[in-house]
Amino acid sequence: METAQDGAVIEVSDLRMRYGPFEAVRGIDLLVHRGEVFAFLGPNGAGKTTTVEILEGYRRRSGGEVRVLGVDPARADASWRARIGVVLQESEPEHDLTVAECLRLYAGYYPAPRPVAETLELVGLADRADSTATRLSGGQRRRLDVALALVGDPELLFLDEPTTGFDPSARRASWDMISGLRSLGVTVFLTTHYMDEAEHLADRVAVLSEGRIVAEGTPANLAGREHAAAEIHFSLPSPVTEHDLPPEVQQAVVERFGAQLLLRAPVPLKVLGPLVHWAEERDLDLADLEVRRPSLEDVYLALTEEHHGAVS
Amino acid sequence: MTVSSAGAAPPTAEGNAAAALRLTFHQAHYDLLAFFRNRQSRFFTLALPVLFLVIFASVFGGSNHVAVPGGKIKTSVYYVPGIMALGIIAASFVNLVISVTVQRESGVLKRRRATPIAAGSVIAARVVTAIVTALLITGVLLTLGWLIYRAHVPGRTAPALVVTVMLGAAVFCCLGYALTSVIHNDEAAQPITQAVMLPLYFISGVFVPSSILPHWLVDVANIFPVKHLAAALLTAYNPFTRGAGFSGGDLLVLAAWGIGGLAVALRRFSWLPIRR
Repeated sequence: METAQDGAVIEVSDLRMRYGPFEAVRGIDLLVHRGEVFAFLGPNGAGKTTTVEILEGYRRRSGGEVRVLGVDPARADASWRARIGVVLQESEPEHDLTVAECLRLYAGYYPAPRPVAETLELVGLADRADSTATRLSGGQRRRLDVALALVGDPELLFLDEPTTGFDPSARRASWDMISGLRSLGVTVFLTTHYMDEAEHLADRVAVLSEGRIVAEGTPANLAGREHAAAEIHFSLPSPVTEHDLPPEVQQAVVERFGAQLLLRAPVPLKVLGPLVHWAEERDLDLADLEVRRPSLEDVYLALTEEHHGAVS
Repeated sequence: MTVSSAGAAPPTAEGNAAAALRLTFHQAHYDLLAFFRNRQSRFFTLALPVLFLVIFASVFGGSNHVAVPGGKIKTSVYYVPGIMALGIIAASFVNLVISVTVQRESGVLKRRRATPIAAGSVIAARVVTAIVTALLITGVLLTLGWLIYRAHVPGRTAPALVVTVMLGAAVFCCLGYALTSVIHNDEAAQPITQAVMLPLYFISGVFVPSSILPHWLVDVANIFPVKHLAAALLTAYNPFTRGAGFSGGDLLVLAAWGIGGLAVALRRFSWLPIRR
């Protein structure tokens, strides 16, 4: 069996996909390591699904090199498919079968399946084993999708928008389940357009926009996020005005909405220190004081909008 | 709960062909399970042919007779092999077109495509399912015909009847796969199968005996496979038939349609949803 270099599970270089005159994927490079959760982010139409379907072996690429588990997916055979698990964006369960029957059907496809009962435990569906699959709730169906992808005991799992349309508690439960896969040593390739999902689950993220990767990194340092200025919000209690503030604070003010001030500070303590000292001396209560780093979503929106604007 | 009873062994331990065959029956087992659990499948494949037999035999039966090669048989008895053709087509063609179109459009086939099961096993499993169901409905119709209309159960020609049923089911599966590949919408599958089959049932000796149809209509029907399935079933069922009861000419035309359907299906079959 072919083995990939340096524990790389997915290696992509200069991947291109053309549909007629339209180039949906315009030269992508990717490297996903064994055991990591890799999130592939991007707005609808960015080329995410096209890329994933090439990696999964559904589509033939127009150009570039792709190796998944050391094999070109365009030439992959049954033994390669036995090593991957695929959770599609939209797929109904097998009709007219129970949850356990769906899993037994799929277990039969694989040379060394994970036991059905264990798989159901893993996704939290053990108590629904005898329910008709199509009667499950949306969240439970998605768990069944994951169970069907895991029953073959894959090394690599593709998860295409696993929580789209979920309510917050179902999303939280799914995240716990996906986090649990880490302990199984499964490499996860996750596509999503929820930034909180990527932040919660992913070791590394790549942002796709207009068929190109525009940023790559950990959720914490994507696009220099860790060095970006912090935002400080608070409202001035009357009767004090902006001119009463210490000079370090005044210099940091970037926007005003009535009594509310927005400050930007590359080193937040240099502003917060004088501000707190000043407020304590005057016995002022800055009740709505808030300090925040740009969220992953802010970074993502800035990246995708900037590139969208640049191309069109 | 246990791991699947029919789990595949590693490909190194057994030949690929043996693994594919085993997976075909593994898949067919679950296809049959799903089929018998689905009320609509049960109705259209099992209940409807029984209903048609009772209706046609009651409306046109009585003391009427139908001319068949070698003599005359009671009209009610004539309908046993005729409705058998309808049952076989319901078990293979109609059932397959509807369920495969739905499976394709709902992503069920796409998901299966990402697993190690060979395409041929998924496709062949449907044929196995259709053959099993077709044999079942044949048995039901023979039993009812015998109980209600004193229709005979063939003995000497039984092998020919079984072979005709199996070949018919396989051929109409191939035609079903071909038709599936041109239907882009799962809601259209059911009406399209009926629109294709209903006229053919009327002109092919299924609903109306061919002996009372105008010649030109019989000539038209002779182009299509339904007529040849019905004729081959009648030959294998007709008590006046001499010999083993194989209607060679009809079976050949059927096989030709099957090969044609398979050729179209192989060129056009899609695992991914077509409607987006």
